[in-house]
Amino acid sequence: MSAARPVRPYGDKKGDGAVQVSFTLPVAKTAAATEAAKRFVAKMGLREPYVTLAEAIAPAFTYFVVYGRATHDVDLAGIVAEEAPAAALGREQIDAELAKRFGRRLVVLGCALESDAHTVGLDAIFNMKGFAGDYGLERYHALDARNLGAQVPVAEVVRLVREAKADAVLVSATVTQNEIHVRHLTDLVDMLEAEGLRDRVVLIAGGARVDHALAKELGYDAGFGPGTTASRVAGFLLEELTRRREAGQWRP
Amino acid sequence: MAPKLGLSPEQVARCRALARQVSDGVRRETERFTTVATERTVLRLLGVDGVDADEVPVPNRVVASLQAAGKLARGAAVWMGSALARGARGVGEAAGLLSDPSRAAALVEHPRWREAVTPLVETTLTRIRANRAERERRLAAHPPDPLPLLYAIVATGNIHEDVVQAEAAARAGAQCIAVIRSTAQSLLDHVPWGATTAGFGGTFATQENFRLMRASLDALEPQIGRYVRLVNYCSGLCMPEIAAMGALERLDMMLNDALYGIIFRDINPMRTLIDQNFSRRINAVAGVVINTGEDNYLTTADAVEQAPAVLASQFINERLARDAGLENWQIGLGHAFEIDPELEDGLLYEIAQAEAAREIFPDAPLKYMPPTKHMTGNVFRGYQQNALFVLTSVATGQSIHLLGMLTEALHTPFLHDRWLAITQADTIRRNARHLAEEIAFRPDGRIVRRAHEVLSGAEGILARVAEGGLFAALADGVFADTRRPRDRGRGFEGVVARDPDYANPFLEAWSAAPAGATA
Repeated sequence: MSAARPVRPYGDKKGDGAVQVSFTLPVAKTAAATEAAKRFVAKMGLREPYVTLAEAIAPAFTYFVVYGRATHDVDLAGIVAEEAPAAALGREQIDAELAKRFGRRLVVLGCALESDAHTVGLDAIFNMKGFAGDYGLERYHALDARNLGAQVPVAEVVRLVREAKADAVLVSATVTQNEIHVRHLTDLVDMLEAEGLRDRVVLIAGGARVDHALAKELGYDAGFGPGTTASRVAGFLLEELTRRREAGQWRP
Repeated sequence: MAPKLGLSPEQVARCRALARQVSDGVRRETERFTTVATERTVLRLLGVDGVDADEVPVPNRVVASLQAAGKLARGAAVWMGSALARGARGVGEAAGLLSDPSRAAALVEHPRWREAVTPLVETTLTRIRANRAERERRLAAHPPDPLPLLYAIVATGNIHEDVVQAEAAARAGAQCIAVIRSTAQSLLDHVPWGATTAGFGGTFATQENFRLMRASLDALEPQIGRYVRLVNYCSGLCMPEIAAMGALERLDMMLNDALYGIIFRDINPMRTLIDQNFSRRINAVAGVVINTGEDNYLTTADAVEQAPAVLASQFINERLARDAGLENWQIGLGHAFEIDPELEDGLLYEIAQAEAAREIFPDAPLKYMPPTKHMTGNVFRGYQQNALFVLTSVATGQSIHLLGMLTEALHTPFLHDRWLAITQADTIRRNARHLAEEIAFRPDGRIVRRAHEVLSGAEGILARVAEGGLFAALADGVFADTRRPRDRGRGFEGVVARDPDYANPFLEAWSAAPAGATA
């Protein structure tokens, strides 16, 4: 067991625990409402709650900004946060390695499932142009990257995995309501398993509220959150497919 | 406002002439067809409504049955009129008869079908005229709205919850309320019925939901001293049906763009361009302001590179809208503030593009969309990007300003996200009220040069589209790098060649009127 490394928020000096929160209470703006906001923040474990803004944003809604000081710590030493492994290489090196190691263009499908109509994240990873100065998967010569777009039925993805002999599938999941994105993500895993195709593809989930732990839990090989670049995803593909090839699980 | 960019009026005129070639081509290729959605719309306008025991809308039942009997090519109104002329007591009974495939197949056209539907047509035309007059009366009762109009979205999935959020937004200063649709609705080939309380990423567009929201915003009007415009979406497979519902329930604005459905929803180009023409005819007589969807090109591709394609599409959309009878004040051409904030002088390019759109379409109520692509989850940076967006909007005289949310890309907006956006826009609009009048641009400067470059690029694209026609351009991927062949995509099976004696009493009434005249 390594030494404890307690940590708490830092405002302007170590240990002050300074925290800012904002929220709306569904009540009219009154002195009692402000007091309620203060007590609510106190119950969150923040001392000296200080309401800097109480604004009537609608007749029965008040918006608050409150500052307070945390006195609790968390121990950094006890935390294991998993991240998808990735080759620490740039696009050109990854591209060259993919070509060298696999000897054919790898088929990568990308989509948003069923009712999900959002493609901004998917496009950022796939489009030639890329995002934040990092070229998209379509730019990789070693990849046959096919962006299927939004609202693709799960059954259609499974059909394409079979027909195109896909090596990887990237699913972009945008959180809307009712946790529907989780259901579609698991539907895909279930159907691929039912069709005996799950082991043939690397399954990757991405989206604003997706992380590696959630993706693993849902049966994916990796998950990527906001701000992920295409080369990060390609780096993971290189690592994972190499691992599979060495384990005799990749079909040329 | 006097032009500031020195754009060549001759070049703009050449672009308009090319757009006319494109729209003439579209008309030639589509005018001999109708669609299942168009015929369902005719039925709705004749008063057919409701769903059957299986929740299938009656207009869908009737059209399916007519199509199975090979009778749809003549036009649904002919058969409704014939059923009435042969003794059906009222629209409901006639629709019931026509929903039965064997009875529909057996129905013989009645020579006086038209006399039977004329009173129904008149009733609907009167209701739409009355709604338009009612809107004009209400707007005239208040001082003119400050521009740009602040446009807020609600999207809870539950119409009753939407009403709460819409009222909060309107009280805070929103001038337009859009109820975003459930995400998959554009792909449904029917319109759901009744008040709805569950949707994904939005609330179903139904006539009852329209009525509920309209009633709530009308009730608010005397309290806040303003008329609040209600917006919905007539795009997708039920474009004209939703236009009809909006005309009947006095919606004020409609997103209405075939190109958007073709490119981003893979809807068949023929189907949706035919549907668009009828939906725009309805919007024209209803006095509705349409919003087009060019902003979407920028969310999928680079905003700097795509600017000429946006402008080219605006020219085409303007012409298609004019051909459908819309007046310039009704054509809310879309564009967006989507340039990468890391780009040096990106704000100058945004100003150039927004000012160019303003000068090229001086009478259009331009619809300006907020940053989405480069929103990162850093809500503070997002709030700053939205501030630059509002400032650009005010400085270039935009008309309809869709409020950017600091939490864009994170979750559907919280009540206070919307409030923060409204107060931000309201503050900047007031604080920079006459900025546009004070600004002049260096004739040889970056902004002027950029605007000229975009216009020239648009002319090049229009020339290419005009040469082979819009359908060929869509198949070649001219817009948003997406290829859409004319005989592929969703809803193609719903395109029906018209009989030489095809009849649609509404289209006849509205096409006969000169462009823009009130029917």
